[in-house]
Amino acid sequence: MTNRYENLIIEFFCRVIAPVVLLFGVYIVFHGEASPGGGFQGGVILGSGYIMLAIAYGIDFTLKRIRERIILFLSGFGVFIYGGIGAACLLWHGNFLDYGKLPLPLAHTNAIRGLGIMGIEIGVGLTVMGVMVSIYYDLIVAGGNQKENKGEVCDGILSR
Amino acid sequence: MEFFLGKFNYWVYIAMMMIGFYAMIAKHNLVKKIIGMNIFQTAIILFYVSIGTKKGGTIPILEGAGHHAVAPESINVAHYINPLPHVLMLTAIVVGVSVTGVALALIILIYKRYNTVEEDEILRQLS
Amino acid sequence: MKPLKLLALITVLITAFFLMYGVNEMPDWGNSSAPASTHVSPYYIQHSQDDTDAPNFVSAVLADYRGFDTLFETTVIFCAGMACMMLLRKKKK
Repeated sequence: MTNRYENLIIEFFCRVIAPVVLLFGVYIVFHGEASPGGGFQGGVILGSGYIMLAIAYGIDFTLKRIRERIILFLSGFGVFIYGGIGAACLLWHGNFLDYGKLPLPLAHTNAIRGLGIMGIEIGVGLTVMGVMVSIYYDLIVAGGNQKENKGEVCDGILSR
Repeated sequence: MEFFLGKFNYWVYIAMMMIGFYAMIAKHNLVKKIIGMNIFQTAIILFYVSIGTKKGGTIPILEGAGHHAVAPESINVAHYINPLPHVLMLTAIVVGVSVTGVALALIILIYKRYNTVEEDEILRQLS
Repeated sequence: MKPLKLLALITVLITAFFLMYGVNEMPDWGNSSAPASTHVSPYYIQHSQDDTDAPNFVSAVLADYRGFDTLFETTVIFCAGMACMMLLRKKKK
């Protein structure tokens, strides 16, 4: 790189705005049942925060912040949360995904249903965020310059 | 004239869908085909969301709601737009992004194997 | 114009004609008594706060009434990510 300050504005702006984007994504996920938002939208915002960092700073910088195996773990763990909450309802004599039967210390069953919706939206958000970032890493590393990115993403837990 | 203005959302979606359809079947570049597929998908999303609108309706979130029960008869149905198309399209958007990702991955593999993304060149190399 | 592209253009125009023919039967934009808004959506709008304690109808339908659908929608996204990874990763030496 000839000029170190070539991307100064882009890098500074991304560094300033990245925490705000991630916080906004968490807000969208957790507030999805009472305002516009939900798991899918919040997950996409969370993933786009990391993708923005990867565009501005390069893939190596971002891989130090969130590692490949953490992303793969999160994208599987989200589906596990969703299916786990659904299956936990079976233990207390409810139907599959019947959140009202969960034994939580709340006043009435409707509030428990609201909490169940929030729980599965957390799962959906984790899965969507993990898959977005994972697809971006794969496409960039496979389609870009192979010499610069040698072996970086291949350290994942699921590499063949 | 009333007929055309009253149904303008359908004309817009037909125009967008046909642009995407033409790109899918007539272009010979695989990346352009995927861009056409995305335009097609956006047209379907526009169609679904536009049939759920009501004139004078607001977004499908209950107004003035805390966490307390509301009598079902006190809610005016015509005041809120139809939530069902939004639900269906919400999942369709994210699945569409995933489908685009898998398609781009396949195109990267094709490019590595044949060094081109043009259909004619690939067919010439195959024969 | 190449004959293949001409054929594609004719196909597109014929499809557009049939779609425009079908628009005759569709309700107007913003019609609150359209068939799409009269069958099941009034139930969701009126009862979702009672049933699920979620004021957002979209979240209530997505996560509670149609929760099984969304579970496998999430699985589809997960499978797409895994397919992308299996296609593009190199084998570990």
